[in-house]
Amino acid sequence: MTTSSNLVYLIALPLFSSAILLLLGRIADKWGHIVATLVSASTFVIAALEFVSMRQRTGDARAVHQDLFTWISVGTFNVHASLLLDQLSICFVLLISGVGTLIHIYSIAYMSHDHDRRRFFAFLNLFVAAMLLLVLGDSYLNLYVGWEGVGLASYLLIGFWNQKPAYAVAAKKAFVANRIGDVGLSLAIMIAFAQFGTVSFTGVAAGVPHASPAALTALGAMLLLAAAGKSAQFPLQSWLGDAMAGPTPVSALIHAATMVTAGVYLITRSNFVFDASPTAQTMVLIVGGITLLFGALVGTAKDDIKKALAASTMSQIGYMILATGLGPVGYAFAIMHLLTHGFFKAGMFLGAGSVMHGMNDEVNMRRYGAIGKVMPITAVTFGLGYLAIIGVPPFAGFYSKDKIIETAFNAGGTKGILVGGAALLGAAITAFYMTRVIVLTFTGTKRWDDEAHPHESPSLMWIPMVVLAIGSVASGFLFNSGHALVNWLAPVVNASGEHDAKEFLAPLTVSLLALGVVAIGVAIAILKYRSNVAVEAPEDVSILTKIVRRDLLQDDFNDRVLVRPGQALTRFFVAMDNNFIDGIVRGVGGVIAVSSTNLRKIQNGYVRSYALIMVIGVLALIATIWMVTL
Amino acid sequence: MLTAPQISYSLLAPILIVLGGALLGVLVEAVMKKGSRAAIQTAIAIGTLVLSFAYLIRIHGQSSKTAAVDSVAIDGVGIFIQGTILVLSLIAVLYIADTDNFTAQASAVPGSEEERAAVVAGKQQTEVFPLTLFAVSGMLLFPIATDLITLFVALEVLSLPLYLMAGLSRRRRLLSQEAALKYFLLGAFSSAFFLFGAAFLYGYSGSITLDGIATAISANSANDVFLLIGIVFLSVGLLFKIGAVPFHSWTPDVYQGAPTPITGFMAACTKIAAMGATLRIFYVAFGQAEWQWKPIILTIAILTMVVGGIAAIAQRDVKRMLAFSSIAHAGFLLAAVLALNTDGLKGALFYLATYGFTTLGAFGIITLVRDSSGEVTDLNRWVGLGKKSPLVASIFTLFLLSFAGIPLTSGFIAKFSLFTGAYESGNTVVVVVGVLTSAITAFFYLRVVVMLFFTDPKSDSVSVVIPSIMTRAAIAICAIVTIVLGVAPSLLLNTAQTFATFIR
Repeated sequence: MTTSSNLVYLIALPLFSSAILLLLGRIADKWGHIVATLVSASTFVIAALEFVSMRQRTGDARAVHQDLFTWISVGTFNVHASLLLDQLSICFVLLISGVGTLIHIYSIAYMSHDHDRRRFFAFLNLFVAAMLLLVLGDSYLNLYVGWEGVGLASYLLIGFWNQKPAYAVAAKKAFVANRIGDVGLSLAIMIAFAQFGTVSFTGVAAGVPHASPAALTALGAMLLLAAAGKSAQFPLQSWLGDAMAGPTPVSALIHAATMVTAGVYLITRSNFVFDASPTAQTMVLIVGGITLLFGALVGTAKDDIKKALAASTMSQIGYMILATGLGPVGYAFAIMHLLTHGFFKAGMFLGAGSVMHGMNDEVNMRRYGAIGKVMPITAVTFGLGYLAIIGVPPFAGFYSKDKIIETAFNAGGTKGILVGGAALLGAAITAFYMTRVIVLTFTGTKRWDDEAHPHESPSLMWIPMVVLAIGSVASGFLFNSGHALVNWLAPVVNASGEHDAKEFLAPLTVSLLALGVVAIGVAIAILKYRSNVAVEAPEDVSILTKIVRRDLLQDDFNDRVLVRPGQALTRFFVAMDNNFIDGIVRGVGGVIAVSSTNLRKIQNGYVRSYALIMVIGVLALIATIWMVTL
Repeated sequence: MLTAPQISYSLLAPILIVLGGALLGVLVEAVMKKGSRAAIQTAIAIGTLVLSFAYLIRIHGQSSKTAAVDSVAIDGVGIFIQGTILVLSLIAVLYIADTDNFTAQASAVPGSEEERAAVVAGKQQTEVFPLTLFAVSGMLLFPIATDLITLFVALEVLSLPLYLMAGLSRRRRLLSQEAALKYFLLGAFSSAFFLFGAAFLYGYSGSITLDGIATAISANSANDVFLLIGIVFLSVGLLFKIGAVPFHSWTPDVYQGAPTPITGFMAACTKIAAMGATLRIFYVAFGQAEWQWKPIILTIAILTMVVGGIAAIAQRDVKRMLAFSSIAHAGFLLAAVLALNTDGLKGALFYLATYGFTTLGAFGIITLVRDSSGEVTDLNRWVGLGKKSPLVASIFTLFLLSFAGIPLTSGFIAKFSLFTGAYESGNTVVVVVGVLTSAITAFFYLRVVVMLFFTDPKSDSVSVVIPSIMTRAAIAICAIVTIVLGVAPSLLLNTAQTFATFIR
């Protein structure tokens, strides 16, 4: 373990700049965005320097540790506020600061007409600080602080345009759904403390071999609940679609590339828990499998370009969660998909933002069409991201997603066929809905009004898109060449670095199979949406389509099963509180108030009474002491 | 042959510097022109306190019993308490420097022509600065004194200036003078008890040093009437200064009548100095006789918590409310006396420091809320302050939450560590009562918060003055310390742990 004193700047700089921008107020309007962008860029520089120096070290010396201060010290419970930068966290730190900086740059232009641009950048910096704390904390409690911090930043940014009630509601929905996950994390922390007496990652890892299976399963389930909340996984997935109310750069950074992948980080970081508890691991598999199909299906029926991408995000994170459920071989592939996804999905979101920017904030794809001709750069960068997500070689998604499908099949037995089949089916649906997005948006005939004047976005916007597109093209190959990422992460995720001996399907077979289903998905989408796209969504559709359009009834389910009974329960508690508990409290309060008023009478203001009270007090004391010692 | 006594001037320097500054202040009063005095006095007071604190840092870590011929002990607790007093006095001086709080001419009869003339002439009663420094020097000596005579001298040195300072209020002068006289009469009364107790203890042990008393107690385990009466009488003097029930009656009247900066100074520094002395006497001298005195201190602690907590609820005046709150806090602090262990001592030191900052901050806010005739302390007229001055109301809320012991403020950590120490030493009763009364006191703090923020302002409500830069700095320091020590308590808790030792 190496120690360093630089890690704290990764968090302190953006936090400080965020505070400055918020406190200075309108004075900082002119230059706030530049400061925020420079600060974000400097975190990337620090991260890059740390990465270079980490590569020069070997073995255990690669991980960097920085102890800041003793945060809590109660009896045997000691928590240090300290940071840990190891092979896993550096991946995230580079992704967060790198993509974060690109999106800062993009936002300068995207938000240039917004009255509150400075506040927006302050929140972005706050998010970067919190997210970096999340991945740098060396204990679950430190992670929890960052976890809550990104939740706050996400809430503030989803509701950034809170003058529209619908957006404020969306922010609230995200907040509530996240709270459920957060309760899971706090319960996990409590279980860890009760079981191991510590909440640090190393401490818990050391204690796992001696813990009971039931405790580990409970711990794993709570961690999974936390991950499901933050990463929009089944059954807490419903908030992500509405979160698209936030400005598009926010969707790209927080709700595609970084924050929503925090759940994958949490599970990968807690690999020792899940590896020791097969039950918890199976739960992870199930959640991942359901979500990847759920998200993909929802994506097929969305006409709102951002919501289609959001559904896709949910589905892709489902892939990552699925991979983490596959045990030691899966973690590295989950992280690889997370990183490539960070590039191509952020790139596509920025592309969507670029289209919206040119189309007067229109989001309905049925009113797009033939935009490729007027916005060539956007079309090309989006297209490269598209090729990456559907998994066409040699683009990034091909390497990362293929590995997940392959590992899923290799899990063995019925389980392998089930999860492998789900992953393969998901790939086909992904190809369908992403092709639908591309066809509806960039090709075909123009369906927009003459009032819209789509034009290519300014360079501040397309340069980040180009950079991300390069990542979408090349990152998969780089990560996969010579198992670079797998070997890099091996010390953290306990993997041997070698492939599993038993192979259900050969890698080549998997690749061909995947390419086959992708081709089918693409073909169906092209045939269906090639021409004659109605500007209004048709109403005479099958019941299945209607269900998918209603997000597979997720909100109806939540409303019937959770919200209404919950409200009824709340009403009951309110009545209980008003009539019964308050009665007791008022009674006690009344007694105290009466004694208080009587006490006031003793306080009459006369020195002689006060002196008398003192004398009586002295006599009483002597009497007491006399009786005690007799 | 007679040998000259050894005096370690360097170890006594913090006290001597403050005394020197006070004398300098008296000279300034005699020599300088009236107009320029306030600024010079402020500079002298601040400079003196800073210098003294710097010197204290230089000697921290040293320990000596013989610095002044066995009559003071330089040790961890002593230095921690002295440092706390110096820092808090410095903040108090920042308030005092806003001379608008003090009468133009204390000798003028309230409402007389002479007074009006003094106001018109723009006179200022700048004697308050040297008086403060004299009081501080007494406070620095009180917690380190190890013989009964020195203790008594220190007690008087710190008390006499305070009696005067309590009478210096610029507005409502009759109330202020009444407070001063009451404080003086009752203070003299309690001092007599203290001296009487000292005589009894000398009669019992044949020694005036704390060590000598401790030796006598361990040598002679028989119940001795002299010892018991001595303990009770000596305690009365100490408990009076701490403001423990039933020796608390002066507190609300004096806190209300005294000029608010002085009230803050008394509530913070006097209580800390007296608590420091109490801890030393009970830990060092009476430690062996714990079975005799624990019942009475337990009774007093419980009474103090309960009476302080309950009486505060009915108060309509914010200064009186804080007075009763400070009484309740005195009760919590007595739990540390009962604990008789290092954890309790650590908790008490931390508690004293955080309580001092929060108290000074809260009284600082009170100086800001005014109408045309000066400070408004009627709580009913604070209604809706949160809508008029959100910042001031928020900071006051922060202090109230810290008093109530809500997590993420320093008050929570202070209560937590204090009660932990008391609980571990087996004093379950006092901890249970302490937690319950904390709940009661939380009620009246939160009631004020509700008044500030959730009630609509009335037409005759008050305005908030823009404070001077020094008052602003002082309030800001108090608020920052309250938050920082709530979030990262280890910054001070570790220090308190290191310093929690008495030299015996």
